[in-house]
Amino acid sequence: MHSLAENTESRNEVEMIALILGGQPHLFHDLIRPYERSVYAMALSFLHNEADAEDAAQEAFLKAYRKLGSFRGESKFSTWLITITLNEARGRLRRMKGRTMESLDEPPDEHGGNSPALLRDWREIPSEVLERQEVRQLLQEAVNALPPLYREIVMLRDVEELNIAEAAEVLQVTTATIKVRLHRARIMLQKTLAPHLKTMTAQTKSKKGWFRWS
Amino acid sequence: MVLECKHVWNHISGYLDGTLDAAVLADVQNHLEHCEICSAILDSTRNILILVADDRVFELPLGFSERLHSRLDEELSGLAPAENPTS
Repeated sequence: MHSLAENTESRNEVEMIALILGGQPHLFHDLIRPYERSVYAMALSFLHNEADAEDAAQEAFLKAYRKLGSFRGESKFSTWLITITLNEARGRLRRMKGRTMESLDEPPDEHGGNSPALLRDWREIPSEVLERQEVRQLLQEAVNALPPLYREIVMLRDVEELNIAEAAEVLQVTTATIKVRLHRARIMLQKTLAPHLKTMTAQTKSKKGWFRWS
Repeated sequence: MVLECKHVWNHISGYLDGTLDAAVLADVQNHLEHCEICSAILDSTRNILILVADDRVFELPLGFSERLHSRLDEELSGLAPAENPTS
């Protein structure tokens, strides 16, 4: 798995950035290569459309290049880059507001009930189910359907695997706020996905050989 | 302290992140040992988060890298980024 968190190890990015700024711009290609999927995924979760997400991702990388001189090394390059991506995606979403009707504000049910789907047992679902396009789509749609506040924290923490402090830095909120939003977001995902996934795996069991991932 | 299911649900995310206080953690663990519903909720949440984090869920479109790097080349063939951009 290539998450933002893992990518930053074993590379001296501060040194790479110094070389880029010192006149070796082509090194920027190597600097960003580990983050392509993360930036794209972040953009896609906001823009819900592959073409828009790709364009936003490209723009975020270009902005990162243009602003590279202002990177101070106080945060990790990955955190800095994902902040630029988040701002780019939010900006585009705001401009598209007439089209999407989506609000970046707190959803009205912020303090409402937030209870999980009740299950009596749970049979572990292996990651092999992701060979199925419909399962990948189900998961992607569940994340995309979260209200923006919750979607962005799931993307940062659970998809990109930033730690709580890094997520707080990107979103400019306290770690306590991160924890509350993260909790709500995860429960929402469980509520949406658990019943569907359970049904899907039950089908697998009853229709032997229906899964063809081996 | 004996916790009700509803209270345990409030700690699921913290439990998964390992951020619960020792006392709360002990209460939650104690509850989980006896409650199959809360255990199933915890297991399903953990399972779902593992699936969501998989690279295959948010895959790059075909040709994404090529298009990105060729657009970057256009930019990079200009000047190196300024040491201290004014904007």
